[in-house]
Amino acid sequence: MKTAELVCIVCPASCNLKVYLEDNDLKIEGASCPRGVEFAKNEVMNPVRYVMSVVKVRGGDMPTVSVITRKPVPKDCIWRVMEALANVEIEAPVEIGDIVLRDICGTDIVATRRVKKL
Amino acid sequence: MKILNYDTVIIGGGPAGIAAAIRTTELGLKSVFLENRDVLGGIPLQCVHPGFGLHYFREDLTGTEFITRLIDKLEKTGVEYIVKAYVHSVEYKDFDKKIVNVITPRGVLKINTKTVVFTTGARERHIFEIGVVGDRPDGIYTAGEAQTLMDIYGILPGKEVVIVGSGDVGLIMARRFALEGAKVKAVVEILPYPGGLMRNVMQCLIDFNIPLLLQHTVVKVVGRKRVERIVVAKVDKDLKPIKGTEFEIPCDTLVISAGLRPYIDLLEKLEVVVDPSTGGPVVNEYLETSVPGVFVAGNALVINDLVDYAVEQGELAAEGVKIFIENNGIPTKTWRKIRKGKSIRLAVPHMVSGERDVILYARVSIPEKNVFVEIPEIGFKMFSFGVRPAEMLRLRLGKEMFSKLSDNVNEITLEVKPR
Repeated sequence: MKTAELVCIVCPASCNLKVYLEDNDLKIEGASCPRGVEFAKNEVMNPVRYVMSVVKVRGGDMPTVSVITRKPVPKDCIWRVMEALANVEIEAPVEIGDIVLRDICGTDIVATRRVKKL
Repeated sequence: MKILNYDTVIIGGGPAGIAAAIRTTELGLKSVFLENRDVLGGIPLQCVHPGFGLHYFREDLTGTEFITRLIDKLEKTGVEYIVKAYVHSVEYKDFDKKIVNVITPRGVLKINTKTVVFTTGARERHIFEIGVVGDRPDGIYTAGEAQTLMDIYGILPGKEVVIVGSGDVGLIMARRFALEGAKVKAVVEILPYPGGLMRNVMQCLIDFNIPLLLQHTVVKVVGRKRVERIVVAKVDKDLKPIKGTEFEIPCDTLVISAGLRPYIDLLEKLEVVVDPSTGGPVVNEYLETSVPGVFVAGNALVINDLVDYAVEQGELAAEGVKIFIENNGIPTKTWRKIRKGKSIRLAVPHMVSGERDVILYARVSIPEKNVFVEIPEIGFKMFSFGVRPAEMLRLRLGKEMFSKLSDNVNEITLEVKPR
């Protein structure tokens, strides 16, 4: 049986949740509302996160551009995204929303800062 | 030297200043907006994480995206602004005349203005303010400095990191260090509960297995050229280190995330009244300070936890400027003071008129569950499942609530009560 302890972040009540998982059977304790149950279910079955970093830019008015996964990616994909970004360098100009890396962990990595060409 | 005349001068090019400059220009006021760095934007330019703009743009944006949108709006509005503009001093001549002395690449400017809006942001508390003794080698940064190095310049400041303070900036930097391949050995928090939002504790610490040492403090730094290790101790109820509980953590970098203080040096020279609980000026609901025609918004007023609030305050101050200019001063004759009742650490603004709707920002002093946030004098009562010092309360008080209040009541009390 898998167990996990979580703090619910749906509302400021910050309920302490205990989750027990056995053969796809999920039991959640400590939630004071159904939204907390839903939160715990997602956190245990399919936790996802945005991943953000910066990559080097050549010839721009800023040395780096900030980037983020367009969608949250599964939590165990975080390191794959970071490794893929480690050696990326792009050329200025960069506009917000430009794709920096295509199709990784089911999404694209996009620029979140504008870098003008010098 | 050039002499210029304006309705208002806005000092400080971060979110609050940009919002104030857009709004004053939209309201038809002759405004000039000054920023001392070479670009507008302020701190969000280096905030690469999401969580910005949920209230203002109703979208979850990164700090960088949020501020770019705001700057684009400013450019479209046609705001007059000057970058690399260092404000040397502000002189108070009369209630409707101030002189702002500015050093710019185009020369020294003397700006005559009826009003000034200070949106100068905050400064970070530094290592010398938190009682850490020992060596002062390389490798000690504030969280903001580390963020500038990493997220503007792309430089990782260290490989083995200890962070002092679990406010949101500290938590977010813990995650950034971890993501970029550094080992975050601990986040050390002197209080018995984390300083930042719960979601940041989850997504920044628990996700990356970073230990959070509550009721601990860093007492000493050891290192010749570079930080080699730090000494941590447990603290007692009075937050004093307990002898005999010290232990060492080897590391090469110490990041100080010990909170922010409103940056109000120029305002202090104008002798505005300062509230010790916010570290910022005392203001009325127009965000005017005790000096007539001098307004303040954003983190220079009170440390906000959402950029949306800083923007909202910038707009409020802009509207205050408009009313000030139209009426030759703020027309309110009687103010009601906001008294801090049970469990309230700070509340802004400090005075309200009851003549119009007002937004009240407040922070509690301790975490509590199942409570009412109340202002008994006007019958305001709001239930909350939980209040925490890390999460600012934002309350809207309708002007109709004040109608029941008799004229001789000059104080109302904000307090937290158990259900």
